[in-house]
Amino acid sequence: MILVWLIVIPFAGGLLCWQAERLGDRATRLIALATMLCELLIALWLWTQLDFQLPALDGSDTQWAIEYRLPWITRFGIDIHLALDGLSLVLIALTGFLGVLAVLCSWNEIVRRIGFFHLNLLWILGGVVGVFLAIDLFLFFFFWELMLVPMYFLIALWGHSGSQGSTRIGAATKFFIYTQASGLLMLVAILGLVFAHHANTGEYSFSYAVLKETTLSPTLAFWLMLGFFVAFAVKLPVIPLHGWLPNAHAQAPTAGSVDLAGILLKTAAYGMMRFALPLFPEASQAFAPVAMGLGLLGIFYGAVLACGQQDIKRFVAYTSIAHMGFVLIGIYAGTTLALQGVVVLMVAHAFSAAGLFILSGQLYERLHTRQISEMGGLWGRLGSLPGLYLFFIAASLGMPTTANFVGEFMVLFGTFAMAPWVVALASVGLVLAAVYSLLLMQRVHYGPPKDDTPLKGLDIREFCMLLSIVVLILWVGIYPQPLLDTTSSAMGNIHRLFDTPSPLLPEAR
Amino acid sequence: MMELLTTLSTTVSTTLSTTMLLPLTFLLPLLGTLILAFSRGTLGYRSSALVGVGSIGLAALVTAVIALGFAADPAPQNMTLWTWISVGDFTPSMGLALDGLALTMLGVITGVGFFIHLFAAWYMRGEEGITRFYTYMNLFVFSMVLLVLGDNLLLLFLGWEGVGMCSYLLISYYYQNSANGWAGFKAFIITRIGDVFLAIGMFLLFSRLGTLDIAEILTLAPKAWQAGDTTVELAAFLLLGGALGKSAQLPLHTWLADAMAGPTPVSALIHAATMVTAGVYLIARMHGIFELAPVALYATGVIGALTLLMAGFAALAQTDIKRVLAYSTMSQIGYMFLALGVGAFDTAIFHLMTHAFFKALLFLSAGAVIVSCHHEQDMRRLGGLWRKLPLAYMGFVVGGAALAALPLVSAGFYSKDEILWQALAADQQGLLIAGLVGALLTSLYTLRLIIGTFHGVAQSDNARHAETGRGLAHGLPLLVLAVLSTFLGAWITPPLSGVLPPGPGEGVHAGHGALELMAAATALAGMALGVWLFGLKRSWLRPAKHGMGAGLWQLWHHAWGFDILYDWTLVRPYRGLVALLKSDVIEGFFRLLAKLVRLVHLGLSRTQTGRLRGYAATMVIGATLILLSLALMTQGT
Repeated sequence: MILVWLIVIPFAGGLLCWQAERLGDRATRLIALATMLCELLIALWLWTQLDFQLPALDGSDTQWAIEYRLPWITRFGIDIHLALDGLSLVLIALTGFLGVLAVLCSWNEIVRRIGFFHLNLLWILGGVVGVFLAIDLFLFFFFWELMLVPMYFLIALWGHSGSQGSTRIGAATKFFIYTQASGLLMLVAILGLVFAHHANTGEYSFSYAVLKETTLSPTLAFWLMLGFFVAFAVKLPVIPLHGWLPNAHAQAPTAGSVDLAGILLKTAAYGMMRFALPLFPEASQAFAPVAMGLGLLGIFYGAVLACGQQDIKRFVAYTSIAHMGFVLIGIYAGTTLALQGVVVLMVAHAFSAAGLFILSGQLYERLHTRQISEMGGLWGRLGSLPGLYLFFIAASLGMPTTANFVGEFMVLFGTFAMAPWVVALASVGLVLAAVYSLLLMQRVHYGPPKDDTPLKGLDIREFCMLLSIVVLILWVGIYPQPLLDTTSSAMGNIHRLFDTPSPLLPEAR
Repeated sequence: MMELLTTLSTTVSTTLSTTMLLPLTFLLPLLGTLILAFSRGTLGYRSSALVGVGSIGLAALVTAVIALGFAADPAPQNMTLWTWISVGDFTPSMGLALDGLALTMLGVITGVGFFIHLFAAWYMRGEEGITRFYTYMNLFVFSMVLLVLGDNLLLLFLGWEGVGMCSYLLISYYYQNSANGWAGFKAFIITRIGDVFLAIGMFLLFSRLGTLDIAEILTLAPKAWQAGDTTVELAAFLLLGGALGKSAQLPLHTWLADAMAGPTPVSALIHAATMVTAGVYLIARMHGIFELAPVALYATGVIGALTLLMAGFAALAQTDIKRVLAYSTMSQIGYMFLALGVGAFDTAIFHLMTHAFFKALLFLSAGAVIVSCHHEQDMRRLGGLWRKLPLAYMGFVVGGAALAALPLVSAGFYSKDEILWQALAADQQGLLIAGLVGALLTSLYTLRLIIGTFHGVAQSDNARHAETGRGLAHGLPLLVLAVLSTFLGAWITPPLSGVLPPGPGEGVHAGHGALELMAAATALAGMALGVWLFGLKRSWLRPAKHGMGAGLWQLWHHAWGFDILYDWTLVRPYRGLVALLKSDVIEGFFRLLAKLVRLVHLGLSRTQTGRLRGYAATMVIGATLILLSLALMTQGT
């Protein structure tokens, strides 16, 4: 039942915020904050209570730490089936944490229609938690679509207009069309799988455990896998399906960007690990070289494009594409080390991208511009903000002692035995990461100051927010073991799918 | 007295035990960093300097205690703080390993580092942001100590990247000038290119040996590979790539001269004494891999020889005193690589140590000149300073003598002579000749530097109104380092036996005396030539205006044009690519799709005119066409 609460709390909190607008701004914000704190605390409590080290029973069956099941549409075998393992728990805790940050960072930024804003914000998070918990494919699809609608409103109503004459409505529409179209593909793939299962057994079922056992012809499996992959690829995003991301990131309010980069992108990686790989293990293995190639393309393309950006938020958006390239490579390498690295990297990227977006938002609040060309020489004018900026830049270029380093290097170490050339090329991406990160530092904070008047430094709220992220990044960077222990059995299960010897990807050791 | 001290230290180190003390060597600098970083501008100049210098001073004291304990019981010590990451076989730890090599490095880092920190308190007086300066400096020492103490490659890599970051931050310390920022940028990117090779080397070693622990790698490697095996050659070349970037050797050397944009104590600590020699440390540390890879080892020596010549010529044609020293650093590290290349790992480390003494001295003396002369560092605008700045002059003379390997009295003579002897013993005549030519060049540019800066007449108001530096923070570091740069410094024997294999010249004596004479003669001849060219015929201090001299000046002044080469082959193409892709070309395809849809929309909406006549006509034509096609189809079947 606690799993249901995890989903209900954000939705209920959202409704409450909507109505609380009458009581004043402060009450609304406090309710939203309390809701997300509650979510975070439940997740942390579950972390301490549950045992995630359960070994899989026979090596194929996923062992859930906690499960909830309620029949919904019995005719088609659709259940409200929620389940939690280490991977989902980590991501839910992350959602809770970033939710708190999202509420906090809109404290001064959002002044119009506060109630409705928080309704949308909390509903996105509720939808995301649903995605992380649902293991009935119909329910999963339901939540997958559900999280898009409030995001659309968030960008369309509270967004900024971008450069080059692009409007926030345009960005929101683009986001919606991309994700809707890909969602449709996934729906087709889900239905295809269900019908294939029906053809085999004569029964309808959307259950994850049941569908996993479906025998499919290689061709059909490949096409269905591709349907899932494309849906997740749009969200991750994978080049060439990334078109929505820079605009949506740049034009969303800070809270929206934090959620987009921090959590929404992670739903895609989660989807690949939870569904695309386990449902179609052979097809995924055959597809792995292509996926890794796309990951490499993302690393290079994102890095090169980031160098050419003039808008700080678009800049961070393109760096996200580059980082997600490592995630994609790690997922399809399939070794335990690489998969565990993917988990760390997802968490790390959520922290560092959130930090950079929050800082970009704070720069915008002070300078009223996001144009890099109008910045420069800010180091001496902003108190401790540039120092923190520097920290997040260092994290994003994968400096050791940060979580990003642990994640990236685990992925690279884990992939090397499978695909040494991919790793060698991806490592070149580390140089490019340094190029774009320091380029940003140089253009924003170094150089002659444009103006000598000091700007407002960070206040307590802003400082604490950023400091909490800094502490978490360092903690995961130097002692990631609690995180790794939590997800080890979940990742071990995925690794086992790849364990069957295949001519394409020989298991080295 | 000495006995008492030893007994005292043994009691201290047994009660405290080295394992307790060892982490302090990096925790103290870290503590300093944290205090300074979180002071948020509340600390003044004095307290910042106190924290910054004090933390390193304490670390140096701890190192001294450890060294005394080590002298009593020279057994390698290991301690694991915690397991960093543990997934399957992948279990790199936060583990420290202390042996003679690590201790030597530790001594250089904290000892020389302390005096440089102290000198910086004088150098940075009155500059804004002293807190930031010491934050970075302490962080640097922290990273550097971890680099040498780490017992596995991943922890070494942590320190390796950390020192790179601090180097970047300190080069671009005077951030208001964009050029300094770009200099730091260049340094970081070029060293990072090397780091990628090191990273791939780590991946390769782990995938083949299943461990990152350095001691384990060194024991497993000879069992896993024959000498000359392709894999081990590849691994050695990858490690070498990492070392080349960090140590500014060909072809990844171009960043070091620009790195002089940072404050001079930074150049002394990072770009002379410690960080740039990390590559030498890495190769010495991984000597077991290189011994199995003769081709890579030979390449190391050749690269060292080429670099020492290239940089020697470049140093002859610089006018900025710090750039002369930068190229001479490159050249001296070239000597260390040469020593590594002939298998004399311990000799390379010995030269690393003496070089740290005399190059730190030279840089600090240069710093004294620069501050005294109101931030003038161009040789053409200095001159005649030897009366006004006796201490700095002394530093330059003693340091310069060591750099040029003045026979018998200087520290540099003993280490450089040893390198040349090892090259001869290894039967590498080519490398030996390069080393001798390099020695001649070293004498020449050293004399040119000293004469140009301190003799003749003052060439500018800044030099005429030079202010003599005063105070303990100014004098003590110069004096101590000057003492260490003489033969007294060469008496310190690094405790390397047992850690590093003996060099090829070990136990052989035939021809050593002759070589010593030859090396001494070369150095002296170079000095005599220098005095004649620059001291007596002073016109040689000025660049030639035309003819071959001018061409050579241009070529050497720009260090053989590597910057221009890289600019055209790497930087410009990359910027072109960025400009080309700027508007997100791939996404452009989807934008095109959207445009197409809009076009169709426009076309079709034209037909919605609202006029009945038009609709009727369309309907009639449509119906006719459909009927016609149906009729044709039925006829066809």
